[in-house]
Amino acid sequence: MNIVMQWHDWLALFGQYLLLSLLSISGAITTVPDMHRYLVAQHGWLTEAQFTSSVAIAQAAPGPNVLFVALMGWNVGLNAGGGIGAGPMAWLLGFFGLMVTMIGIMLPSTTLTYVATRWGHRNRTRREVRAFKQGMAPVVVGLLIATGWVLAGGNQSTGVPAWHLWLLSGVAALVVWRTRIHLLWLLGCGAALGAVGFV
Amino acid sequence: MHPSAPAAASPPDHPQPASPRDLFVSFTWLALQGFGGVLAIVQREMVEKKKWLTPDQFLEDWAVAQVMPGPNVINLALMIGDRYFGLRGAVAAVAGMLTVPLFVILALAVLYAHYAANPQVAAALRGMGAVSGGLIAATGIKLIPQLRKHPLGFATCLAFVALVFAAIALLKIPLGWVLLAVGGVACVWTWKKIAP
Repeated sequence: MNIVMQWHDWLALFGQYLLLSLLSISGAITTVPDMHRYLVAQHGWLTEAQFTSSVAIAQAAPGPNVLFVALMGWNVGLNAGGGIGAGPMAWLLGFFGLMVTMIGIMLPSTTLTYVATRWGHRNRTRREVRAFKQGMAPVVVGLLIATGWVLAGGNQSTGVPAWHLWLLSGVAALVVWRTRIHLLWLLGCGAALGAVGFV
Repeated sequence: MHPSAPAAASPPDHPQPASPRDLFVSFTWLALQGFGGVLAIVQREMVEKKKWLTPDQFLEDWAVAQVMPGPNVINLALMIGDRYFGLRGAVAAVAGMLTVPLFVILALAVLYAHYAANPQVAAALRGMGAVSGGLIAATGIKLIPQLRKHPLGFATCLAFVALVFAAIALLKIPLGWVLLAVGGVACVWTWKKIAP
């Protein structure tokens, strides 16, 4: 995929991630639907497959899940540079894109957390602090389920019925909910089912 | 140091990180063990093995880390680092959590791009994508029982859950508006309910 990124496009991307950082209550993963809306649907900077694979690779790799954000920036940069085979310039742009999205997603939230946890710790019995903590709880739960939904249905292939993908997501959710099996086994099963052509 | 840092109050034999470098190395090691999420590893390493945090401190920090914007485990690392070495500790812990895993994931992405044209690899990743969708949804589903103790009552909470789900997943309304509108109403309503 080839795209053209002007400097104001990069700036808009940075601004969007700064904003999403402040909105990423309960983890960056809850902003996935909005990133999808922005990067894939609105601007077309990433393909559907690039988007979903960024999240899937980050889930499968060690480390915090937020690193999927780095892969999104990396892919936007690569697309702007003519793809991964286009040489060092594309790699450089990929690294630039990675820094844009990672700094964007990290800077506001870490600064706010740093300041607010010090304040909140001193005022943890106050009614406002408790109302915020408890009031956001149902919202966070709804966000997590919506995120799972968007990821589950996001990457349909031609030739395989869509319900296969939904079934796999549903079964995975059920197994995680009901058992304490290591998540890596489930991801491995998903990969295997994909490789043999089920999804 | 944290203004009300428990470090000062904890007994001298309470194990502590030796330096910001120790924090960096510990969190790097911790992050590299966490496949598909780091939280469980944080609990095992920080509370059970190194004992830098008591279980109570861990629960309290975790609640705050979850409510604040940003990745939970990053927020938690930041708070632990801050507790022992202030800003330097916070930076060291967060950098440890991100730097090495970032290069690992880049290597994986490059490897993947090399084989992306192979339909089997693309299909395998599609399968993993579907599974990770299920994993995240399950994380939300598992939290539903916690809402039984909520001041708004269980039914009202479920209505909020459904409302947020519909707005984001089905109507595809931008997240900011949903948080502002639904989150705002939920917080103000809770504030009224917990009146002393």
